[in-house]
Amino acid sequence: MSMLSVEDVHTHYGKIEALHGVSVEVNKGEIVSLIGANGAGKTTLLMTVCGNPQASSGRIFLQGKEITRDPTAQIMRSGIAIVPEGRRVFSGLTVEENLHMGGFFNSKTEIRKSQAHVYELFPRLKERENQRAGTMSGGEQQMLAIGRALMSRPTMIILDEPSLGLAPLVIKQIFEIIGQLRDEGITVFLVEQNAHQALHLADRGYVLETGKIRLHDTGRNLLNNPDVQSAYLGG
Amino acid sequence: MQDLLYFSQQLINGLTIGSAYALIAIGYTMVYGIIGMINFAHGEIYMIGAYTALIAITGMTALGLAWLPLILLVALICAMIVSSSMGWAVERVAYRPVRGRHRLIPLISAIGMSIFLQNYVHLAQGSRNVGFPALIEGGFTFGSGEAFQMSLSYMQITIFITTLICMTVLSMFISRSRTGRACRAVSQDLGMASLLGIDTNRIISVTFVIGAALAAVAGLLLGMYYGSVDPLFGFIAGLKAFTAAVLGGIGSIPGAMLGGLILGVSESMTSSYLSGEYKDVVSFGLLILILLFKPTGLLGKPEVEKI
Repeated sequence: MSMLSVEDVHTHYGKIEALHGVSVEVNKGEIVSLIGANGAGKTTLLMTVCGNPQASSGRIFLQGKEITRDPTAQIMRSGIAIVPEGRRVFSGLTVEENLHMGGFFNSKTEIRKSQAHVYELFPRLKERENQRAGTMSGGEQQMLAIGRALMSRPTMIILDEPSLGLAPLVIKQIFEIIGQLRDEGITVFLVEQNAHQALHLADRGYVLETGKIRLHDTGRNLLNNPDVQSAYLGG
Repeated sequence: MQDLLYFSQQLINGLTIGSAYALIAIGYTMVYGIIGMINFAHGEIYMIGAYTALIAITGMTALGLAWLPLILLVALICAMIVSSSMGWAVERVAYRPVRGRHRLIPLISAIGMSIFLQNYVHLAQGSRNVGFPALIEGGFTFGSGEAFQMSLSYMQITIFITTLICMTVLSMFISRSRTGRACRAVSQDLGMASLLGIDTNRIISVTFVIGAALAAVAGLLLGMYYGSVDPLFGFIAGLKAFTAAVLGGIGSIPGAMLGGLILGVSESMTSSYLSGEYKDVVSFGLLILILLFKPTGLLGKPEVEKI
């Protein structure tokens, strides 16, 4: 059953074409990893799914419903949530306020429930509840960004480089959480430069190179693929 | 004693004008905080608020209403409704279509809107200044028997109290309410807020409406305080309030409050101890000094590059 389906999508920044006809399929309950070098267009693809920028051609479906031309705010209210590159927590808001922003459209009882769930996943956030997000460490901010995304009770979560700039121990913890999200039935679309861990965790993976999908296969096959090994896994 | 009374009198006058400046300055600072543009038509929104209040008061007096609190309340509500709708419409018509373009384009659009509104009121209401009834008269005097008597009028007290109420309500709204929280989030990272499904256009409209409503309150208060309005009523006040917003740190709401008070007091001190002609020299000189030595304003935070 398809959760997200990207069909032959081209995306432009002004006159420059960043994606040259990308097709990606994410099924319900899967973890799908997208790997690729800097500037390959990974973030562009994710942002195109979110409608900012919109695809200049091609079609995007979320649970069978076309969202290609929908405004960002509307897409993000239809069961999808994003943990963007660089975390982008609201630094002047407290941890709790950040979480409440994530559940902006839910009722108070739902917010309370989701908040308790997030604190269960990340007890550290509970300790820092009333602290301003900007004063926390990178790892804590990443936890907050994930927690904020979970507040809307999404069926699918998109993570853009969640391990960027974090200490190895924290990265391990983040990846454990991602596995846990899948176990809860949330579909995960993961973009990573940390290809080894991303493919290890993934059911399937895609390799994006200069705006095109070069390869796609199961996570394990990609890990064993000699091209992938030499280009992304350090030989 | 004499000197102290004189000084206190100037302080009171300054704080009165300053709190009204602060009310107007909120509109500049909130809009800047959220979309990074200077809404140069804001002074006109304030002027329209004053005119609306005047029309409402005249209408009610003509109908024979005499109960002052009711007249003031109705005038205030009318002014807030008309100004808010204007603020909303200006954003919708003149700013939203050019949002995201080069910074100068919305700025020029704002100046155009300001000229348009000013001339519209010229046409509709005539260009001469119109008397504004002093509905709240009387006050306290201190220092009887001295050559100089300090007075604190009921009008001044009304201005303080109204400003205080508005500021308190605004602070509560911004810090506690769901929409207020969204305003803060949008002003920090508009793109991220829309990635959380928040309709950022709606939040932007809300800030325009709030700013305009507060400007309307200031319009009614200062209209009564000065005793007259004219179509250029909003021009200088707008400029002063903008200065106050920059002084306090544009984008910061407490900054706008502080900036307004400082500006009001410095003006009244200059008028009384130097000369009325130096009033504007000092207030804009103050602005230049602040911009030279603390470009982010008194309470403004420097933009931090996020990594």
